[in-house]
Amino acid sequence: MIYWNSLSDFLAMGGYGFYVWGSFGVTVLIMAGEPAWALAQRKKSLKLLGRQLRAEARGQ
Amino acid sequence: MSLYRYASPATFYPLAGRMIPYFAALSVLFGLAGLYLGMLVAPTDFQQGEGYRIIFIHVPASWMSMFIYLVMAFWAAIGLAFNTRLSGMMAQALAPTGALMAFLSLWTGALWGKPMWGAWWVWDARLTSELILLFLYIGFMALTAAIDDPKRADKAGGLLLLVGVVNVPIIYFSVKWWNTLHQGSSVNLTKSSMAQTMLWGMLLMALCFWMYSIAVALLRARTIMLERERHTDWVKAELAGVER
Repeated sequence: MIYWNSLSDFLAMGGYGFYVWGSFGVTVLIMAGEPAWALAQRKKSLKLLGRQLRAEARGQ
Repeated sequence: MSLYRYASPATFYPLAGRMIPYFAALSVLFGLAGLYLGMLVAPTDFQQGEGYRIIFIHVPASWMSMFIYLVMAFWAAIGLAFNTRLSGMMAQALAPTGALMAFLSLWTGALWGKPMWGAWWVWDARLTSELILLFLYIGFMALTAAIDDPKRADKAGGLLLLVGVVNVPIIYFSVKWWNTLHQGSSVNLTKSSMAQTMLWGMLLMALCFWMYSIAVALLRARTIMLERERHTDWVKAELAGVER
């Protein structure tokens, strides 16, 4: 059973909306941002290492 | 025998790559279930009203911040004792996630403290030791980033991790050892002070955070392995496979 009577009740969080959503909002930002950052790092690294490898292959 | 095989980056790299999607999917599933129970089904708290719902991220993030540090210290000990390559990479891969968990613990704690205690921050044993944990993570990352040679960086970082590990039991037991504003633990093996739905919501969120941390740390570990082992044949083969 859902505890809330309405969406506005849910959003208001009994007057604690700012604190509750401030906590969840930053958590969502971090848990979406960190994997995105790690993926971008991986992409960058793959590109750079691939370029180094090709340069080495040409040099030999 | 077969376990030792996975201690080598060349065999661990593809294994980690296969495991990441499962951990990521489990994290999402546990997260959805935990949010459903915690945010939609669980009743209000008779003392703290709806403000208590911050617990569903505050406690999992705080647990992970301590646990990740312990795992890093474990890898540091293995690395210093046996000189294994993988251990330094694992510690390095876990550090940003641990730091973010410590930050989330402090952030959600501040947003919980303000309405309940009337203060964003107090210099209390629990809060201060958690802040020190965040500084230990940042210190580890700064120290290892400042040393060019990965082997020496691992050694110095490992020593820092092992010295700093005393802080973890201090955080954990601080609410027992000192008089603090911070409430005692909400979960107890014998009896719990929480309603069933609250407890399950929190445990599911903890599993979500756990799976998330494993997935993102493995993702980072794979990148670190490629960078550190770039002169080996297995990395060259791996990179040749990636190119179009």
